[in-house]
Amino acid sequence: MHIVILGNGISGVTCARFLRKLSDHDITIVSDESDEFFSRTALMYVYMGHMRLRDTMPYEPWFWEKNRIQRVRARVERIDFQQKKLLSTEGNSIGYDKLVIALGSQSNKFGWPGQDLDGVHGLYHLQDLEAMERHSAGLSADKAGGRAAIVGGGLIGIEMAEMFHSRKIPVTFLVREKAFWNNILPEEEAEMVTRHIKEHHIDLRLETELKEILSYNALPEGKGTCAAIVTNKGETIPCGFVGLTVGVSPNIGFLKNTALETNKGVLVDEHLQTNLPDVFAIGDCAELREPQNGRRSIEAIWYTGRMMGETAAYNLIADLEPQAQRSIANRPTFGKPMAGKKSKIENRKSYRPGIWFNSAKFFDIEYQVYGDIRTQVPDIQSTLYWEHPNGKKSIRINYEHESGKVVGFNLMGVRYRHEVCTQWIQEGAPIETVLQQLGLANFDPEFSTQYEAEIVAIYNRQTGKNLILKQRRGLSAVLEFLTH
Amino acid sequence: MKSLSLATPNPMLTTPVQKLGLALLATSVFYILYEGLRLKSLPAEPLTLLAFFVLITGLWLFLRDERIDFSKNTNSLAVWMRSLSARGIWGWLVGIVLTEFYVCLYWVPQYMAGMIQLFDPFSQVFRHKPADQWFVYGAFYTFFVLVMGVRFIFKYRHSRYHLVRTISVMFFQLGFSFLIPGLLLRLQEPELYFTYFWPLAYSNATPDTWSWQSQTSIGAWFFFFGLAMFFVGTPILTYFFGKRWYCSWVCGCGGLAETAGDPFRHLSDKSLKAWKIERWMIHSVLVFVVAMTALLWINVVTGRGLLGSASEGFYKTYSFLIGAAFSGVVGVGFYPLMGSRVWCRFGCPMAAWLGLWQKKASKFRITSNGGQCISCGNCSTHCEMGIDVRAYAQQGQDVVRSSCVGCGICATVCPRGVLRLEGSDKDIPERTTQKRTVHIKLEDVKML
Ligand SMILES: Cc1cc2nc3c(=O)[nH]c(=O)nc-3n(C[C@H](O)[C@H](O)[C@H](O)COP(=O)(O)OP(=O)(O)OC[C@H]3O[C@@H](n4cnc5c(N)ncnc54)[C@H](O)[C@@H]3O)c2cc1C
Ligand code: SF4
Repeated sequence: MHIVILGNGISGVTCARFLRKLSDHDITIVSDESDEFFSRTALMYVYMGHMRLRDTMPYEPWFWEKNRIQRVRARVERIDFQQKKLLSTEGNSIGYDKLVIALGSQSNKFGWPGQDLDGVHGLYHLQDLEAMERHSAGLSADKAGGRAAIVGGGLIGIEMAEMFHSRKIPVTFLVREKAFWNNILPEEEAEMVTRHIKEHHIDLRLETELKEILSYNALPEGKGTCAAIVTNKGETIPCGFVGLTVGVSPNIGFLKNTALETNKGVLVDEHLQTNLPDVFAIGDCAELREPQNGRRSIEAIWYTGRMMGETAAYNLIADLEPQAQRSIANRPTFGKPMAGKKSKIENRKSYRPGIWFNSAKFFDIEYQVYGDIRTQVPDIQSTLYWEHPNGKKSIRINYEHESGKVVGFNLMGVRYRHEVCTQWIQEGAPIETVLQQLGLANFDPEFSTQYEAEIVAIYNRQTGKNLILKQRRGLSAVLEFLTH
Repeated sequence: MKSLSLATPNPMLTTPVQKLGLALLATSVFYILYEGLRLKSLPAEPLTLLAFFVLITGLWLFLRDERIDFSKNTNSLAVWMRSLSARGIWGWLVGIVLTEFYVCLYWVPQYMAGMIQLFDPFSQVFRHKPADQWFVYGAFYTFFVLVMGVRFIFKYRHSRYHLVRTISVMFFQLGFSFLIPGLLLRLQEPELYFTYFWPLAYSNATPDTWSWQSQTSIGAWFFFFGLAMFFVGTPILTYFFGKRWYCSWVCGCGGLAETAGDPFRHLSDKSLKAWKIERWMIHSVLVFVVAMTALLWINVVTGRGLLGSASEGFYKTYSFLIGAAFSGVVGVGFYPLMGSRVWCRFGCPMAAWLGLWQKKASKFRITSNGGQCISCGNCSTHCEMGIDVRAYAQQGQDVVRSSCVGCGICATVCPRGVLRLEGSDKDIPERTTQKRTVHIKLEDVKML
C-alpha cells in the first residue's frame, strides 16, 4: 500500500515516522518547500546566526533512506480524489492509496494597498526568510528609510522584531491591541512584555493599525519596492521592509471547491479523517469539526501538529484488515518496533490533545503556559499572581474558588514542569495542596532562586490562611509524585 | 537558497573597532613570534613590553564590542556569522598559530627560547627556578582560562550555574595547576598537580614516577591519592554529580574548553558517524593506557624480560601520539576548526572512565520537560561534546550520555525551557526509558 503525505512539516514528518514504526508500507512525503525537514520554529535563529539552516534539521539525510521514507520535491496544484492521485505543476502525478494532507499555513494578508510590493513579506516559509535576508542588506540605522516595519503583534511579529534587532536594524512595530498580545496574555504579563519590547528600543506603536503601504512615486501601484507605511493614525513611516505578521491561516487554496469538505481548513472528524475515505488531514491546515472541550478548531502550533501526525498514523493502520496489519508489522525499521509480529491495532484513536500547553520567548523572557489561562479571569476563578521586582519574571496560578481546583499556570521567565502541572490540572488538585507542593513544578536551573514561597505568602495574604511551602525543587520528589 | 548560506562566515557583525583590535592583536603576535623565532632571547626591552601591551589592548578592543547590548541575554552572539567562530579566515589563522605553538612546545622548544627567557624573572621570583617551556605554557594557559573565564561569566551572567562552575574552573586552574605546583617547587618539593589523575596524566602511575615520587612523603602520598581518585573517588563522585564534577568543574583541559573554547563550542560534529568514531576512539585510548601502564609494571616485576624495550616503546608511542599530538596539537590547536572538546570527546581516557560510570551508575541526567520541545536545534548546535540533544528532547526522553560533561549550555540556550540538569537515585536503571511526548500510549490502542 502506498501512503502519501502532502507536506513535510512537523505534522507530516511525525506521521511518516509513526507509520514506519508501525508498518512496512510505502511512504512518500511531498513538499515544494525544501528537500529536508527543518524546524520552522527555528527560522529566526538562522537569521540571527545562532544556527545554520542545516542545524535546524532534526534528522540527518541518511535517516530517510534508512527508514524508506521517500521524498518528492514538487508543488501539488490539484488532487484527483477519484483517481487517487496528486498532480504537480510540472505535470507529474503521484498515485496514492491513502493520503495525508499536511499543508500547513500561510501568512495572512488583509487586502491592504501595496501588500504585494517587493519588500513586503510574512515569515512562514523558507522563502520568506530568504526575502528578509535579501532585503536586510539595504536596511540600517544610518539610512533614511532604513528601518523595518512590522505589522501585527503576535508571536511571529515579535520574533521578526528580535531578528532585525539582532542586526541593529531599527524596527517599528505596529500592534493593534493596548498591550502586546493582550488578547492571549493576562494584563500584567502583556504589560511586562510590552515594557521589555520597549527596553530593546523597538519603536512600538500600540493601538495602531496598517492602512496602506507606499512605493516610490513613479511606479504604478502594486509594483516596485515598499518605501513607507501609512498607519490608521495618518502617520507615514518610511521603511525598507514591511513584515506582515497578522496571523496565519490554512494553506489550502487549491483544495477549495473540490470533493473535499473545507471551511477555513480541511474539515476532519475526531479521528482526523476528512469527508473522503482514505484521506486524512493534520497539522495547521486541519480544522476539527468538534474540538475537545475548551479547545479551538484550528490550533496552528507545533505541538498539536506533532500529536495529530501520531494520531493519524495509528488510525491509518487501524483501518487496515488484520491480515494487512500483520503482514506488515514485522519489519519495522524505525527504532524499536512498537508492534510485534502478532500485534494488531484494533480501534481507531480519537485525537485528544489533553491539557493545553504552549511556550514562546519574547526577546529574553521565556513564556510557558499550562491549562486554562484567560485574559480576563472568569467569575468562578481566582488568580494568584507574583511578579519579581525586576519585572521580568512572574508566576500565575488560576483556580476555581468554590472547589479550589487548580486550572492553569502561566509563567514568565520561570520554567515549570510540564508533567507536574498537567497532572495537577487533570486531577483537579486543590490549590492549597498545590501551593504546599509547588516546588515539584519548579524546573529552573540549579542554584537559581526559587520563588514558590513568595506565591504561598501571597495566597496567605489574600486569604488569611497560614500555609507553608513543604516541597522545594527536586527530581526525586517529582518522580515519586508522578508515579504515585 | 543562495542567500541563506549563512554558514559562510560573513564578518558583517565585526565592528570597525573590532577590526582594529584584531589587527593590533595580529601585529603584536607576529612581532613576538618573530622575536621569539630568531632563536635569540626575546629581549625584555621596551619594544617587547610594548608588543605585549598592544596584544592586550587589541584583545580588549575586540572583546569590548563582543556584547554591545548590555540589556540582552544573547547567548550565542551570531557565532555563525563571524569569521573567527565560523571557520572563516580568522578562525583558520588562529588555528594555525595555535597549532604551531603546540608543535614548538612539544617538539622544538628551542624556538621558544626567547619567550622562555622573557618569563624567567617571573619564574625566578615565584618558583626560585629558571623558566622552561612548560612554565611559559602554564602561565599562558592560566591567563587564558582567567580572561576568557571572565568573558564567559559575563556572557552567561544571567545564569548562576555558569557563574559557580566557571569560578570553580578558574579557581582550580589558578590554584591547583599553577600556584601550588610552583610553590611546591619553591619549597623543594616535587612539582605536583593535584587535579590531574592517571590515566589523563598517563605518567602518574608508572614505575618511573613511583621511583622518584616515593622519595618524598608528599610524593608517595600523591601517588596513592591519584590512584584512589581513579578507583574510588571517580565512581563515588560521579554517582552523585555525574561526570561534570570533574570535566566542567575541576579539570584544566575542561577549564580551557569551557572558557577559551566557548566561542568555538558549536563547531563540534553532531553526526551519528562522529558518535560512532568517538566511542571507538575514546575506549581504545583507555584500553591503550591501561595496557601500557600494566606492561610497564609487569616489566619491573619480571625484571626486564622480553617485554622490556617493547613496553617502553609502547609508552613512548602513547606520549607522542596521545599525550602530545592529540591532547595538545589537535585538542587545542584545532579549537577554531573542530570545536573545543575534541580531546575530551575522542581521546581522554579519564573521560572514558568517568563516562562509563555516568552511563551505568549515576543519578545524573538531563531531564526533558514533557512535550515542550520545538525541535529548534539550539541545544544540539551548542553542545561542545557533539551530543544531538534534540534527538532526545523532541521525544521527551531524558539525556543520559557517557560523553556529557554537564556544562549546562543546552539548558541555557533552549528557548523553551525544556532541559534541566538534575539527579535522582529513584530511577537510575530507567533513566533513558521514559518517552513522554508519545501522545498515544500502547495500552490505549489495544495492541493484541
Ligand atoms: C517563525 C515561526 C515561529 C513559530 N514558532 C512556534 C513556536 O514557538 N511554537 C509553536 O508551537 N509553534 C510555532 N510556530 C508554528 C509552527 O511552526 C507550525 O504550527 C507548524 O510548523 C505547522 O506544521 P505543519 O506540519 O502543519 O505544516 P508546515 O510546517 O507548514 O508544513 C507544510 C508543508 O507543506 C508544503 N506545501 C504547502 N502547499 C503545498 C503544495 N501545494 N504542494 C507541495 N507542498 C506544499 C509547505 O511548503 C510546507 O513545507 C511557528 C511558526 C513560524 C512561521
Ligand atoms: S533547544 Fe530546547 S526546544 Fe530547541 S531542540 Fe533543544 S530542547 Fe528542543
